[in-house]
Amino acid sequence: MELWIAIFAGTMTAATPLLLAALGEVVVEKSGVLNLGIEGMMLIGAAVAFWLAISGWGLPAAFVGGALAGLLSSALFAALALLFMANQSASGLALAIFGTGLSAMIGMGFGSQPVATLKALDLGGLSDLPLIGPLLFSFDPMVYLTLATVPAVWWFLTRTKSGLILRMVGESPENAHAIGYPVLKIRLAAILFGGAMAGLAGAYLSVAYVGIWVENMTAGRGWIALSLVVFAAWRPWRALAGAVLFGGFTILQLHGQILGLPLPSEALSALPYLATIIVLVAISQGRKRRLDVPASLARPYRPGA
Amino acid sequence: MSSKDQTAAGAETPRLELRDIGKTYPGVVANDAISLSVAPGEIHAILGENGAGKSTLMKIIYGAIQPDRGEILYDGQRLSHNSPAQARALGIEMVYQHFSLFETATVAENIALCLPGRMELAQLSARVGETAARYGLNVDPSRMVADLSMGERQQVEILRCLMRDPRLLILDEPTSVLAPQAVEQLFTVLRKIAEGGCSIIYISHKLDEVRALCQSATVLRGGRVTGTADPRQASAHDLAVMMIGGDLPVTEHPPAVLSVEPLLIVRNLSGRPLGDQGRALSDISLDLYGGEIVGIAGISGNGQAELAACLSGEATDLGAQMQLLGQPMPARADARRRLGLAYVPEERLGRGAVPGHTLTQNTILTGFTAGLIRRGMVRYAEARARAAAIIQGFSVKAESPAALASSLSGGNLQKFILGRELALDPKVLIVAQPTWGVDVGASAFIRQRIIDQSRKGAAVLVFSEELEELIEICDRIHVLSEGKLSPSIPRAESTKALLGSYMTGRGDPLATKEAP
Repeated sequence: MELWIAIFAGTMTAATPLLLAALGEVVVEKSGVLNLGIEGMMLIGAAVAFWLAISGWGLPAAFVGGALAGLLSSALFAALALLFMANQSASGLALAIFGTGLSAMIGMGFGSQPVATLKALDLGGLSDLPLIGPLLFSFDPMVYLTLATVPAVWWFLTRTKSGLILRMVGESPENAHAIGYPVLKIRLAAILFGGAMAGLAGAYLSVAYVGIWVENMTAGRGWIALSLVVFAAWRPWRALAGAVLFGGFTILQLHGQILGLPLPSEALSALPYLATIIVLVAISQGRKRRLDVPASLARPYRPGA
Repeated sequence: MSSKDQTAAGAETPRLELRDIGKTYPGVVANDAISLSVAPGEIHAILGENGAGKSTLMKIIYGAIQPDRGEILYDGQRLSHNSPAQARALGIEMVYQHFSLFETATVAENIALCLPGRMELAQLSARVGETAARYGLNVDPSRMVADLSMGERQQVEILRCLMRDPRLLILDEPTSVLAPQAVEQLFTVLRKIAEGGCSIIYISHKLDEVRALCQSATVLRGGRVTGTADPRQASAHDLAVMMIGGDLPVTEHPPAVLSVEPLLIVRNLSGRPLGDQGRALSDISLDLYGGEIVGIAGISGNGQAELAACLSGEATDLGAQMQLLGQPMPARADARRRLGLAYVPEERLGRGAVPGHTLTQNTILTGFTAGLIRRGMVRYAEARARAAAIIQGFSVKAESPAALASSLSGGNLQKFILGRELALDPKVLIVAQPTWGVDVGASAFIRQRIIDQSRKGAAVLVFSEELEELIEICDRIHVLSEGKLSPSIPRAESTKALLGSYMTGRGDPLATKEAP
C-alpha cells in the first residue's frame, strides 16, 4: 500500500511539468501556430528559476521568473514566425537548440549546490487523513494549480467567445481577418501564453521536482509534451490523461529498477515514452480526425498579403 | 425597421447610386464610367461575362477597393467608406462566391463571430431560428458547418447577413455551387428579403436566372456599361447582345454514327459510398458506344461521385464486371488511361490539376500515355510544347506554360484540363460538370469540343446537374438518383419535366411513352 501511494504521488509530480507545457502548446496550436521550441523554453525557464532560487529570491519569485523567461524566449519565436513570416518548424527547432545552449550557459556557475524545493501545501488536518490524505492532500501548490488549469483552458477554448475566435484564427486566418479580427495579435498572445507555460514547466522541474541543477534536465520532456498535444487531439482533458500516463510509467520504471526487475535499465527508461505513444495512438483512432487538427497549423499568414 | 425608413424616403431616392465610377489597374481598365441606380427593395442584376468588371465594381461598393473616379450615393448621401467594416456598419452586406464560414464551428457560433458583444449561444440560436423561419431558410443553428451541403452553407452565409438587418445585400454568382432545386429555394428567399425593403444586387452571367429573378439589370462588358434593361421584358437575344456582343453561341450537333460494339460496358455495378455524405451505388448497368454522348443527370450526392470514381479507377474495389474496349477493365487508373480512357473530374483544383504546379507539370500528369515520360525521365521540352499547344488551341487565358494552375480562373482552368485530355485523343471520355462556373462563350466552346470528340468516334459520358446542358449535347440521358440509374432517355424525348420526374424518383418507363 505504501508503495502504491508513493507511486501515485510520484506520478502526479512527474506529470505536472508535462501537463503545463502541453496545455500551453494546445492554445498555441489552436491559434494555428506550431511552436516546436518547448524543450528550449522549458530549459530557459528551468535555468532562470534555479538561478533566482539559489540567489535567495524565494520560490514564488523563481516561478514567476521562470514563466517570464519562457515568455520572453517565445517572443523571439513570435518575432520570427509572425513578423518575418519565417518557417515555423525551422524557427521552433532553432528555439529548442538555442534554449538548450543558453540554459547550459546560465547554469555554468550553479555547480552541484541544491535548492530548497517546493514543499507540500499545508492543508492542516486533511493531509493526515488515512489513505485520502496522502493521495489527495499531500501535493505542492503547483500540482493543484496545474490541475486547475486543465478545466480553465478547456472552458476558455470551448465556452468563451475569445476561445472561439482563437480557434477560428487557427482554422482560417483569412476568414477571421475578413470579419475584422486582429489575427496577428491573437496569435502573439497565444504564443506568449505557451511560452510562459513552458517556462513554468521548466521552473517546476528545476526548483520543485529535481532541486539541483543538471544540464539538459528536461531530458526530452518538451518533445513529449509536443507529441502529447497531437495525440490528445488538441483537447486539454486528453492531455491530462496522457501526462498522467507518462508520469505513471516514469515512476513505475524507477520502482522497477529499484526492485531489480530482470530488464536492462535502459529498456525500463524507454518504457514511459513507448507506453505514452502506444496508448495515445490507440485512443486517437477516431473517424473525425480531420476536424481536430487546426486547419491552418504552421501556415504563415500576413493580413492583406 | 428599415422598411419604414424606405417608405419615408420614397421611391425617388435610390438606395444606391453609382456615378461615373472608374478603376484602373496597371495595364487593365477594370471599370470605366459606370453609373447605375438601385431602388429600395429592388433586385438588380449586374450581368456580364467573366472579366467584365463585375467583381471589381462590387468590391468598390463594399469598400474593399477604392475607386479612382466617381462617387457613390447611399440613400442620397455621399459615401466615403474605405473598409468592408464601415460598409457593414451602414447596412451593406456581401455574400462572396467562395464562402467564408468556419467549418469546425456550429452555425450559431459562425453567426456569433460576426455580431458584436458577448456570446449568448442559447439566445442567439433562438433569434437565428426566428429569422430563418421568417425568410423560409432551413438552418439548424446547432449543426457543424462541416456537415452542411453547399446549399445549406450558402443559406448560413445569407442568414449571417440577415441577422444584421441589411439594407443592401450583394450576392456574387450565388448559384455557381447550387443544385437546381436549391436555386429555386434561393430565389424564393431573395424575393422575401426584397419584399422587406432590402435592395439586392445579384451578380451573374446566367441569363435565365436573371430573367427569372431580377427587376432590372445593368449589363457590363469589358469594364463598361453596355446597356440596362428590364430582364423580365427583354429577350434573351437582346441581353446576350449586350453581354457578349452577339447572339448566344449554338453548338453544332451532327448525327451520331455508333460503333458496332460498345466501348465501355458496365454490368451490375454496386459500390460503397465515398465519405460521410456518400451514396452506395446499386446494380448499375450501362453501355457506351463510340460516337455518342451519354448524359448522367441528377443532383450531386446521388452516387455521381461514386460512379465517376469507379469508372476512372479511383475507387479500387470493383464489385462489378466492366469492359473497356472489349477487354476486362484493368484495376489501376493508369492502366485504364493507357487503354484510351480519359477523365475530367468535377473538382478542378486538387483533382483535375495540382494548384501549385505549372501548366507544363499538370500536362505531364496525364500525358504519360502520350510519351511525355521515357525510361522514367520526364521530357520537359515536349511537355512544354504540348502545354503551349493546349493554351493556344483552347484559347486559355494564361501567361505561359509556366503559369501556376492556381493562377487561372475557374473557366480557364477547365478549358485547359479539358484540352489536356482531348489532346490525348481518348477513345472513352468521362467528363463531370464540364461547364460549372464557366461563362457563356467558354461553355459553348467546351460543349462543342466534347461533341467533336464523340463524332470522331469516341464514347463520351457527361455528368451534369444542368439539364439544359445535357439536353443540348447528349444523344441519350440516364438519371442517377439515390444510387440507381434510370433507363436511358433518347435526346428527342428528353424534357426537363421528364428528367426531373426521374430525379425525384417518381419517373417510370410508361411515362416516357405517354409524354407528349
